[in-house]
Amino acid sequence: MNLAKVFRNREPIGPLEYTRRTWMRLTLLATFVFLYAPIVTLVAFSFNDSRRNIVWRGFSLKYYEQALANDGLIEAFVNSLTIAFVQTIIATILGALTALLLWRFRFPFRGGYEGAMALPIVIPEICMGVAMLAFFSRIGWPTDLPWPLNLSAITIAHVSFSFPFVAVVVRARLEGFNRELSEAAQDLGATEWQVFRDVMVPFMRPGLVAGALLAFTLSLDDFVITFFTSGPDTVTFPVKVYSMVRFSVTPEVNAASTVLIAMTVVLTVLALWLQSRAKLKPEEVAG
Amino acid sequence: MEDWRRTPLVFWVTSLPPSLWLIVFFLIPLALVWVMSFGELDGLVDIKITGTLANYERALDPLYLEVFGKSLLFAGFTTVISLVVGFPVALAIVFASPRWRPILLLLVILPFWTNLLIRTYALIAVLRVRGFANFSLEWLWDQGNTVLALLGLGSYQLLGERFEPLELLYNNSAVVIGLVYVHMPFMILPLYAALERLDRSLIEAALDLGASQFRAFLTVVVPLALPGIISGGILVFIPALGSFLTPDLLGGTDSQMIANVIERQFKGANDWPFGAALSFLLMYLTFAALTVRALVNRRAERRGGA
Repeated sequence: MNLAKVFRNREPIGPLEYTRRTWMRLTLLATFVFLYAPIVTLVAFSFNDSRRNIVWRGFSLKYYEQALANDGLIEAFVNSLTIAFVQTIIATILGALTALLLWRFRFPFRGGYEGAMALPIVIPEICMGVAMLAFFSRIGWPTDLPWPLNLSAITIAHVSFSFPFVAVVVRARLEGFNRELSEAAQDLGATEWQVFRDVMVPFMRPGLVAGALLAFTLSLDDFVITFFTSGPDTVTFPVKVYSMVRFSVTPEVNAASTVLIAMTVVLTVLALWLQSRAKLKPEEVAG
Repeated sequence: MEDWRRTPLVFWVTSLPPSLWLIVFFLIPLALVWVMSFGELDGLVDIKITGTLANYERALDPLYLEVFGKSLLFAGFTTVISLVVGFPVALAIVFASPRWRPILLLLVILPFWTNLLIRTYALIAVLRVRGFANFSLEWLWDQGNTVLALLGLGSYQLLGERFEPLELLYNNSAVVIGLVYVHMPFMILPLYAALERLDRSLIEAALDLGASQFRAFLTVVVPLALPGIISGGILVFIPALGSFLTPDLLGGTDSQMIANVIERQFKGANDWPFGAALSFLLMYLTFAALTVRALVNRRAERRGGA
């Protein structure tokens, strides 16, 4: 391979070795600084021993202690996690069913159906938030239920926007499925349910896990739609942070944000890792 | 794929739960807003559906047209800036060594999995008057003065007596910076996907035939990356157009976008019918942008097939 030789040759920069050009590297560096500097500063200064965010005064965990002692913040955090757990379960089931449906069946108005399923992904969040607000107030959804039932409106709204995402992820996984496997199982006398339980679900598992993690992060992250469906007693973590940020910029918010960032980073890396495994699997089966 | 009539029971068991959910908890709420947009306020809270178009007429008021214009402008600027910055980045990732490529890609993907609110908040801490951007500028200003003093040009004379921190927050440029910051990965990823598929021998051929790097870029790379440019453009433009949080937290009073006006109708002004009409106008703009992409894609496919 000519190209491989060009790439191994460290001396002069070849015409196509754009990444080795200084100005390209500078652009790359500048972009990553732009993307990461704010987050890194936020994380770093959550450990800073000073109220004013700007000067480093030494390492301290006191803002984490303060955040932990802030009942409102903790309550919002618990609410967010509760909503995320419940909605992830529902969204994963609904998303998996949608993926199976679109993967397996030919039916009238299939194109329209797929389009409708993509709507929650494409329409602006604000429109969806407004729709949820109008819907729940119109049907008179009770707002004075005890915890955790009072989170039901937010949970429902979250399922509505996240299950189509799960469907996309699971469907991508199903594309690699060899239909002969399920046919063979059926020929050997398996019922539909047995094929589903013993062939389809094991095959879909990496997709299901990746989709569930995606749904979980989407739910934890959502501000706009939650903002329109939450009431004074049902504050989620982003809504709480929003009200704190509007008020002032404090290291306490930095500490709370850092915890959430750490959680999402771990979940993302896990989801990406599972997804790459999910993509590799069918080839392994074929080979 | 099999016909649904072969196993109707399985078909209904798989299709009913998600379909019912979508209809009850998504399509009906949307329809409700749509119907509401043809209604009038009756008293303080009640809404009467009268079939009036007054809400849409009111949206044509210069005051609101300006907000629409501004939103389109912000989204447009965001798209162009993301493209100009994102293109070299995507190119650099594609041509990076195989060891670096997944790492660089992960670095692009990670921030957009971080909470949007937290990222916007982080940006406030950087851009505010006593923030890091000004802090760095002040440091540069001090260093500049030291150098000037060393050169014998006098300390604190050429650059002024005192460092004046820049007002980087609560204006239009803050909103655009914030939108670019938030949406950049949406541009880089499709560009990367398009450039990765690009046949490198085409660039080599162009260079061998005497084209300059710049000409090869304009006449070979850009046209071949066009599907990625369009996808990335739409993926940035649509969410940027409907963004609420960025202009809300980073913008000033004159840099509010459509979503902020919609929010005010529902939360502050309590004029739900008008807010509903604005939401649907925003949705129609979104669909228009999607249609443009579908049309361009179809044309590209036809050309590719010919």
